[in-house]
Amino acid sequence: MSITVDVEFSGGLELIMKDKVRQATVSLPATADGKPTTVRQVILYVRDNLVADKPQLFSTENTVRPGVLVMINDSDWEVEGENDYQVQDKDKVLFISTMHGG
Amino acid sequence: MPRVCEICQGAKAILRRPKTGQSICKECFFRVFETEVHNTIVDNKLFRRGDRVGIGASGGKDSTVLAYVMKTLNERYDYGLDLFLLSVDEGISGYRDDSLETVKRNKEQYELPLLIVSYEQLYGWSMDAIVETVGRKNNCTFCGVFRRQALDRGALMLDLDHIVTGHNADDVAETILMNIFRGDIPRLGRCTEIATSGDGYITRSKPFKYAYEKEIVMYAYFRKLDYFSTECTYSPNAYRGYAREFLKDLEAVRPSAILDIIHSGEAMQVASEVKLPSQTSCERCGYISSNRVCKACVLLEGLERGVPQLGIGKSVKKTQDLLAGRTATRSGRAVDVVHFDKLRKHAQEMRHERCTGCTCDTSAPGT
Ligand SMILES: [Zn+2]
Ligand SMILES: [Zn+2]
Repeated sequence: MSITVDVEFSGGLELIMKDKVRQATVSLPATADGKPTTVRQVILYVRDNLVADKPQLFSTENTVRPGVLVMINDSDWEVEGENDYQVQDKDKVLFISTMHGG
Repeated sequence: MPRVCEICQGAKAILRRPKTGQSICKECFFRVFETEVHNTIVDNKLFRRGDRVGIGASGGKDSTVLAYVMKTLNERYDYGLDLFLLSVDEGISGYRDDSLETVKRNKEQYELPLLIVSYEQLYGWSMDAIVETVGRKNNCTFCGVFRRQALDRGALMLDLDHIVTGHNADDVAETILMNIFRGDIPRLGRCTEIATSGDGYITRSKPFKYAYEKEIVMYAYFRKLDYFSTECTYSPNAYRGYAREFLKDLEAVRPSAILDIIHSGEAMQVASEVKLPSQTSCERCGYISSNRVCKACVLLEGLERGVPQLGIGKSVKKTQDLLAGRTATRSGRAVDVVHFDKLRKHAQEMRHERCTGCTCDTSAPGT
């Protein structure tokens, strides 16, 4: 069984994605090694498959780099459990860079 | 199981505040964010009723949120301010054109008058032209020096009392770190101040001095504000970049680090034996300067004589002495930079026109 997650990029992050995409639909297995898929797997998928350029601007140490905000269904991921949040089918995950421009 | 707001105990929490660690709902977030900025303004007595206040607007997240919040607070608390948007067009194609489009939309959305001053118009040189001449090495020096003056020139054109800029807590903490790393004690003292009087020039202040970047971005997101985010296309400031990364790493471990650094910076006193350079006005353009000729005039002369390295690095002081007393050489492309005395006189006349029936005498100098 697989789930689809809608990922979006803004705040300048879209500029380091392949074809400068602002939005993509990602398909992931619902479980990995018997455990539910978490948002960390979404981040790693984006890092390995969607980032075209300067991956260190998106991710360090198997999560987003400090300074990238993550919104899960319009909520700060810090109230949703951060990396361990279990993604559901049709979730929307938005990544916003705060490191660009003033 | 959604988490409930720790303030109102009613609505679903949508954000964790870096300052307090509290999880709060959207409405409570708007209220606490705006109220804290209001408190910063009131506690520091930033404005007086009737002040003409320019919002330094770049189209980026910080200044866009600042424009929205200033407008909101001015109405909610009846500050009695006349607000303006003031933008600098450095002349960087593909970067500034797009961000200025955002500012023009902000002008409509917030119904605020907008003035754009351009390097091209003020100095006869756009950043594109400067980079063509000097390459990508020292162009940030030119941009920084020209921007500061351009804002002051724009402020006089609008006869402003005050300029607010979108510098946030992260920016201030980052600047404190950079000044410590460089041992730049005079700048360390100045960068922690919420308002600088600019030696008789227009007051500048940072109402977001204590606002976290994360909250500013979240505020823009939840209010659906229209902003522009791209890095300048010319060489980014690498030193600041490292300071920023370091700060973000610290914040990830300990969110209060940003405010802690600001408080540390504020607590450091500049010892009285540290000599701060005394200020005079530039004999060419009248701008405040610690030398007889200001940095902008030196850089311009270098550009126009085809020796752009004139004002860069260690030789600055020597060059400034060298140029003192000489008149500027003008090449074909240069414009005459308007003298600050003329701008000040213009501002005074505007002020006079506004105060109908008053008895102020516009011929009297410098009142
Ligand atoms: Zn609430
Ligand atoms: Zn000058």
